[in-house]
Amino acid sequence: MFATGVALLALLPLGFVVWATISTGWAEAEKLIFRPRTGELLWNTVRLTAGAVALCAVIGTATAWLVERSNLPVRKAFHVLLTAPLAIPAFVNSYAWVSLLPSATGYGGALLIVTLSYFPFVHLPVAAAFQGLDPALEETAHALGLSRWRTFTRVVLPQLRPALLGGALLVALHLLAEFGALQMLRFPTFTTAIYDQYQSTYNGPAANMLAVVLVLCCLLLLVGELKGRGRARLSRVGTGVARPATRARLGRAAIPVLTALCVLVALSLAVPLASLTYWLSGSSAEFDAEMIAATATTSLALGALGAVCTVGLAIPVAWLVVRHRNALSTFLERSTYFGNALPGIVVALALVTIGIQVVPGLYQTTVMLLAAYAILFLPRAVVNVRSALAQAPPVLDDVAHSLGSGRLAAFRRVTLPLIAPGLGAGAALVFIAVVTELTATLLLAPIGTTTLATQFWSHSDSAAYGAAAPYAALMVLLSVPATYLLTREGIRR
Amino acid sequence: MTALTIRGVTKSFGATPVLGGIDLHVPAESLTAVLGPSGCGKTTLLRLIAGFDDPDAGVIAFGDETVFGDGRSTPPQRRHVGYVPQEGALFPHLTVTANITFGLPRKARVAKHRVPELLELVGLDVRVADRYPHQLSGGQQQRVALARALAPEPSVVLLDEPFSSLDAGLREATGRAVVSALRATNATAVLVTHDQAEALSLADQVAVMRAGRLVQLAEPPVVYGSPLDVGVARFVGDAVLLAGQVRGAHVDCPLGTIALRAGNIDGAAEVLIRPEQILLRGDGSGVPARVEEVSFYGHDAAVRLTLLPDGPRVVARITGERDLPAPGQQVGLVVTGDALAYPLSG
Repeated sequence: MFATGVALLALLPLGFVVWATISTGWAEAEKLIFRPRTGELLWNTVRLTAGAVALCAVIGTATAWLVERSNLPVRKAFHVLLTAPLAIPAFVNSYAWVSLLPSATGYGGALLIVTLSYFPFVHLPVAAAFQGLDPALEETAHALGLSRWRTFTRVVLPQLRPALLGGALLVALHLLAEFGALQMLRFPTFTTAIYDQYQSTYNGPAANMLAVVLVLCCLLLLVGELKGRGRARLSRVGTGVARPATRARLGRAAIPVLTALCVLVALSLAVPLASLTYWLSGSSAEFDAEMIAATATTSLALGALGAVCTVGLAIPVAWLVVRHRNALSTFLERSTYFGNALPGIVVALALVTIGIQVVPGLYQTTVMLLAAYAILFLPRAVVNVRSALAQAPPVLDDVAHSLGSGRLAAFRRVTLPLIAPGLGAGAALVFIAVVTELTATLLLAPIGTTTLATQFWSHSDSAAYGAAAPYAALMVLLSVPATYLLTREGIRR
Repeated sequence: MTALTIRGVTKSFGATPVLGGIDLHVPAESLTAVLGPSGCGKTTLLRLIAGFDDPDAGVIAFGDETVFGDGRSTPPQRRHVGYVPQEGALFPHLTVTANITFGLPRKARVAKHRVPELLELVGLDVRVADRYPHQLSGGQQQRVALARALAPEPSVVLLDEPFSSLDAGLREATGRAVVSALRATNATAVLVTHDQAEALSLADQVAVMRAGRLVQLAEPPVVYGSPLDVGVARFVGDAVLLAGQVRGAHVDCPLGTIALRAGNIDGAAEVLIRPEQILLRGDGSGVPARVEEVSFYGHDAAVRLTLLPDGPRVVARITGERDLPAPGQQVGLVVTGDALAYPLSG
């Protein structure tokens, strides 16, 4: 029952898109959608997404292979360094680049910067997939007479496919949703255009129609990934522990490979951090301590509230799908995943519209903002709560009952201690996501509520780079723990 | 400890009947093995006894106390059963000590009541007391699971395929340790298993289940020596089945005329002989047969033979590492002991 409510909340934005299309009417919608501007935006969005996905896939797979399957020196350190860019929000990264190198705009600059920000999304799952690969399969292929390269293309690559596709999907969805970075790099895509349209006409059908096209793009990607994943089962068959793989020797390639990796780390990590340090220590740095403290407090409070609400909503959904798996519970769980595919701008537009037309009492309140966070970040919470619940199989409840514990006692003494770490991890991830969220916060925050992200944005938007630096630094600092969690997860798997 | 009585218990999941009227009596302080292939409903039966699920109809009683029946069902936490599930299912966040004392009142938990004694009972070193489950081997986990089940002194102990996840060697040793701990505490126990060797070697009585029904309930030698039908015969051990013709107290079959045990059928029949009843002779006596294949196991060997001139094929189990026949060799076969005859099915 409660889970149904959560699923409905998660599906609100989709409902909004359908409603917007119907209420605009086909003739009007046609006029708004099929115009040169839409084509231009579509072309920009597609070429940026395609380019960045291709680059991220190549870079991420290569780095994952080097870390997991070659005799690269200091592999563990490289794994951390290659994941670390995730701690720098893309809009902070583009601020760092543009403030140092004002010419880093347009397609080239955007492609470079989003690739540097998002390639870890491919590196992490592919590295995990390499760890899960049973080297016996590759040895069998060698024994059947396949060369090293043919073994890679015919045995290894097909098994990496789900991880690679999943990572690519994540990159693509993030790009479709990306607002801050691309606005700063002056590379208009659907998301930035919707924002501009919203600023000038406020909730007009033009912005809504662009949102419809954007959502269609997202759905297209989801379906594409599902089709691409295919029906093959790629888990290991049989029992027994997989041996660690023998690592390929880099030999004479070691020096160029190391150089390339160092350049990658320098561009993705050293440049933004150096830029931040420069602006922090520079003469134009402004430390309005009071303002910084106030926004930090707001951000922390919103982050904590958002984390508690979102995890609270995720628990019933995850419980249903783990303990009472059927068509309905699977459907409810899947519907919460739409948040992953929906750009913040669409969620914000949907809530603005609903706020104005249905529940005016909620418009411009913190509740509305928290609802947006819940829709956007439910997937992270559900995934974590779900795997936490999987750590507490029902047989443990049975045993606790047979030992005299009632329902409540069994939950308190067995289930809760087992799922607590997973709940904590889910809450931490949501917390960080909320603290660095920009788009929905800009549109939905009550008047007078400024967060680290919005304050950073208003400074850097007016090229006050020094004044923006402390807020950027704080956001990066707050993102470090969650990023660390991600690397550990990768290592554990 | 109390006896366990089950009368007319039925259960279906949706439209699928799982148990069709089970009657079973487990005498106090004895171990009954419920033996059946997977999917026969034996685990469901165990869950009904524990109270995790309720039967559709029937009565379950521990001694004089009815725990299910007349529309009343005692919840599992008040049934005082000891439950040992597959793979132990120890609480992963608790140490061995905390696992064992889980079912005790708080005061006893703090005092670590009887932990060394229980560990010794299940054959574990007291040094494992502070370890976590993931630091134990599979066999150790299973023993801790039993100690945990025994700690609150339950009225009935239920074991659900507790050894199936263990390696063959460990399985037997753990099985013996578990049974001796059960005997030492005079526990009434039900062991669910699909492994006939486990059931025959460990239990006081064996309940053979098939497709949701209890087919035969008897002591292990009876189940093995006088299986109720051909299906049970094949399930509890290797069987040589031959077509035969019953004449009074004897049966004529390709292996000669053999004395019948307790036969009350006449005419065409299926004859059951265990492979170890067939002896190989090299001196020209017995029914002539050709050796096709020899599988040597160390303690004994299975010899597959074709009766001359052209079948049927039979299996003989012979002991001794010497005198193994070679494939192609011709031998004579003699049956010792008596055979069982069943009416032809279908």
